[in-house]
Order: sequence, then C-alpha cells, then structure tokens
Amino acid sequence: MPQIDHPERELLCGGPESYTGLPTMYCPGCHYGTVARVICEAIDELGIKKQAIGVAGVGCHGFMIGTIATDFVFALHGRGPGVATGIKRSQGGKPIVFTIQGDGDLAAIGMGDIINAIGRGEKLTTIFCNNAGYGTTGGQMAPTTLLEQVTTTTPTGRDPQVAGYPIHVAEMLAMLRGTAYSARGALTSRKNYNQTKKFLNLAFQKQMDGIGYGFVEILSACPSTLHMPPNKALKWVEEYMIAEYPLGEFKNVKEIL
Amino acid sequence: MGKKLLITGNEAVGYGAIYAGCRNYFGYPITPQNEVVEFFARELPKIGGNFVQTESELTSINMLYGAVATGVRAMTSSSSTGFSLMQECIAHMAYCSLPAVIVDVQRGGPGAGSTQTAQMDYAQVTKGGGNGDYYPLVLAPFSVQEIFELIQRAFYLADKYHHPVIVLSDAILGQMMENLELYSINFGPLPAKDWAATGQGERKYRNTVPNIWTFFNNYRDIIVNLGKKYQEITDNEVRFKTYEIEDAEMVIVAYGSSARISLETLRRLRPEGYKVGLIRPITLWPFPTKIIRETSHRVRNFLVVEDSLGQLVEDVEFAVEGRAGVHLLGSLARHLPTSSGMIFPKTVSEEVKNILCHK
Repeated sequence: MPQIDHPERELLCGGPESYTGLPTMYCPGCHYGTVARVICEAIDELGIKKQAIGVAGVGCHGFMIGTIATDFVFALHGRGPGVATGIKRSQGGKPIVFTIQGDGDLAAIGMGDIINAIGRGEKLTTIFCNNAGYGTTGGQMAPTTLLEQVTTTTPTGRDPQVAGYPIHVAEMLAMLRGTAYSARGALTSRKNYNQTKKFLNLAFQKQMDGIGYGFVEILSACPSTLHMPPNKALKWVEEYMIAEYPLGEFKNVKEIL
Repeated sequence: MGKKLLITGNEAVGYGAIYAGCRNYFGYPITPQNEVVEFFARELPKIGGNFVQTESELTSINMLYGAVATGVRAMTSSSSTGFSLMQECIAHMAYCSLPAVIVDVQRGGPGAGSTQTAQMDYAQVTKGGGNGDYYPLVLAPFSVQEIFELIQRAFYLADKYHHPVIVLSDAILGQMMENLELYSINFGPLPAKDWAATGQGERKYRNTVPNIWTFFNNYRDIIVNLGKKYQEITDNEVRFKTYEIEDAEMVIVAYGSSARISLETLRRLRPEGYKVGLIRPITLWPFPTKIIRETSHRVRNFLVVEDSLGQLVEDVEFAVEGRAGVHLLGSLARHLPTSSGMIFPKTVSEEVKNILCHK
C-alpha cells in the first residue's frame, strides 16, 4: 500500500503491505473486506507477495483481485483449483499459488475441482469464504446454508427433505490423503481473527514446504443475504454458524505418506 | 531434411506441439483422440515438460487457461463431446486475449453420438461454440504432415493475436498413418508477453488476467479491441488451396478428410475428361469467402462434400450469393448405415458426373 511520506509524523497504524489501497466494494457489515485483510497480513508475514499468484473465482470474493496486491488470474465459476494447477505446474512449481473461493464457487459448482486437485496431490492453498448463502446474486441458498435458514430460494427456511443438508467442507477435505492442512476460522472477534491468520500462515507454509494442499475455511457474515444490520449479522455468525461449523484444525501433517 | 517417421495424425499433433516449443499439455482421454493424450504422457516428461491427466475436459481447458495466463505455450485436445465441455473457457480466453491451442478430433454427434468419424462440429467451432462475440481461429489440416505443420502455425497465430486457435481434425485424420518429416518452422518475431501473471518478482507493476482496469471500468474497450482483432485476422490470415480450378466447369469445396476424398475424386475424373476442380479451405475461420466468390462468376456448380447434414455448405452459399448452384454431398451419402459409414471417392465421382451431365 502507498504510505504517505511525512517525516514529522510517526505511522502508528496502516494497511498491510499487500493491500492495493483500493476500496473493497463490499456491503456494510460484510466480512469479506476483513477476509482480504487477513490474507494480506498472512502474505506479508510470510514475505511472499512478489512470488504469489492469486486465483479469484466468481462471487463477491472475486473482487479481492482488486484488493490483494499480488499477480492475479480471474477464474471461471468453480474452476479455481484447475486454473491454479495450470499456473503452478507450468511455472515449474515456483510461484505460491492460492485460490479464493466462495461457497457457490467451491462447494456447489466447483466441488469436483477442489477434490480432484487435492487427489492429484497439488501443492496449492485454498481460502474458502463461507457465508452460508449467495450474496452476489441476491441471497439465494448455498450448499452451506443452515437448516431452517431463510433465503430467497428457501423462502420458508431450508427444509432438508427438499433442499438437503449443510456441507462441512473443511472436515470433508481433511479426509483426503493429499490434504496437508485443513482448518476453519472466523472473524467475529480479535481472538478468532488472530487464530484465522495463524491457520492461513500454516496453510501457505504447507505449500511452500512442498508437503501438500492447504485449506482454510473462513466463516463470514453476509448482512444482505441475512437481511440483518451488521451487528446482528455478526452475532448470527457467532450463535448459529459456529454452532453448525466448529472452528479449529481438522488436519495438520508434516508429511503425506 | 528432418527425420522421417511413419505415424498417425494424432501423434503428429504431439510432434507439432513439441517442435513449436510447447511443454505443457493437459488432457482427458476420449476416443478417437486418445493417442494425443498418450503421446504427451510418454514424451513430455523426457524433455522436462508438464503433462497432467485431468478429471474432465472442463479442468483440461481451465488448466490450459491457468498455464497460458503465465505466458507459456500450452495446449489441450479432445473430441466432439469433450470439446463441447470446453466452450465456456474458450470464450473466456477470447475475452482475456490469451493465446491457447486446442485440437478437436471430431467424432459423430449430436451429443454422445458415435466414437467414429464425422465432420459435424464445423458450425460449433467456426462460429464460436461458447457465449458472446468471439471467433476462434480455426485451422483444418488434411494430411499427417499438414497436421504437424498447422499445429506449429497454430501456436504462432495464437501468440501473434493473443487469441485461441483451434485445429480441427477428425477420426480419419487422427487414426490414419502416413509419412511425417519433422522440422521446425520459423514464423518470425512475436510480441513480448509482458502481461503474463508469473508472480510480480522484479516487475514494477502487478499483472492481472484479465487486465483489472478494463475488467472493472471499460467493457467497451474490450469489445472494440476484439472487433479490430477479428478484422485484422480476416484481412491477413485466410488460407486455402485450389486444385485445377482454372478450367473447371464445377468445383468441389471440402476440408479435412473430405478434402482428401475429394482430391482422390479429382485424380480419377480428370483423366476421363471431367472438368472438375477443388477449393480446400485451410482456415475455416476466417473463411476463404473471396476465392469462392470469384470462382462463382465462372463456374455453374459447386459441390460441398462434408460428413455432416450441411454446415460448411452455408458458408459456401453465402460466398456464392446465388450465382451458381450449390449442392451438398453429406452424411446421407455414407456407404453404411452404421457409425462406421464413410463417404468414398466413388460416391463423390457419381455425384460430380450427375451434376456435370444434368445441371
């Protein structure tokens, strides 16, 4: 980020180095701006800005192409892990390649892509933004929508007989052999934020050490899908989402045998 | 003189790519192009290249997208149904102005159709099978040697115009064996790929694919630039070959394996005194409209030979503008009702004689 040069003033706080300085374009109370920040901070701490290539998908998370100041490739809906594989392999494994994907991008249209990328033994990092709905298109149901949660396509609440059950992606991917790291974090408090950043650092580190796939799911609030003001949306994540999707590490291995 | 091999058309795809400096291939098996996948799996690791067997054609084309976004030469291949799965990303690469090479070894359709030969993808390939305003460059070889040469040209054209190029083969061309002489073709200098997303490194600015500023702000520029590019390609890249059209009373138009069959027809009919010629489009988009239009001023009939219900024939009719008769010898002229049916030179000869004597 461009810092203002004022010799007589001391900089007490500023944006991360890997932040482009552009506005985030998200709705008030959306956690995605914070997701972008925590990714930027992890990239800064690991010092990988110059060698990292991001792959953004389709959804609000795709706007992070304008927020995170690394090289970026914009993937079609759900195809991030395949695109990331093409980048990583064609460059002889040198760049640090990460995908940012939403719950439609990863858990619906792109579920096969992420599973097969891990199955192939790719050394990549995926950041999965789970906000329990489709924010970009106006608040429809996602595979991660909670039971009884009202969305525009589950107007009387998600009924498992009609619309099935929430998918727990971090736990599911932890079962795959190619996964070196899988964890779920949230951004609802400073404590959760710091923990999520630690998860991200580790997920990147697994790629950098050539061990295997690193995966971090981040629970986020989408006030537009929830039809709630920012403070209530945050509380909703704390009360309902974390109850359904427990935080923590599901896999962390030093080598894959 | 280069090394000589007796080899299938599908393997010539592989040699063409390696001689063009391509070291990245992503593919999924589908008949009748499995030899392409197997060639790269066998040969690329020997020269330090990257081969990935993907889980679907969707992933093949998206890995290709990721690879070419870093500025390297890369390709994929498939056959009709698998090729259909790739359309979204081919359109996206046209939007992003990325150089990619895709080979479609055609089989019978529609849908799952048959695993054997056909030429039914012409419309899909030449008009842009995905969404939005785009036309990929389409090259149509008719021999093993020409497959090898046109693959090299495809990489050159892709890099020259930053645009997807499709090489349209078919099951006959892919499976038949012929002599192949190996050599590199030098097409001349190309623009630098300073837009590639390789990680910022020492670069002063970051690269995004597609360019973030046009992406967020200026959609009109994208459309205008695509339009200019299509015009430039149409002005400069039309390729075709004519055979004995100077004194012809009627002219056959055919591409790919049908052109091969038509050329054999010419060889049989000319000694008998039938004044028949052949125009063989090598680029299907841009289409050689001009030569067909010029020829239509002096011949009375055209015969389009293609193994479909009539797709190429529409482009020929457009070029002829009603000045001459345009006839079709299509899939209904196959010698068998099963999927193994083919159009033989004998059938083409009969149709030519029929037209020359009665129309």
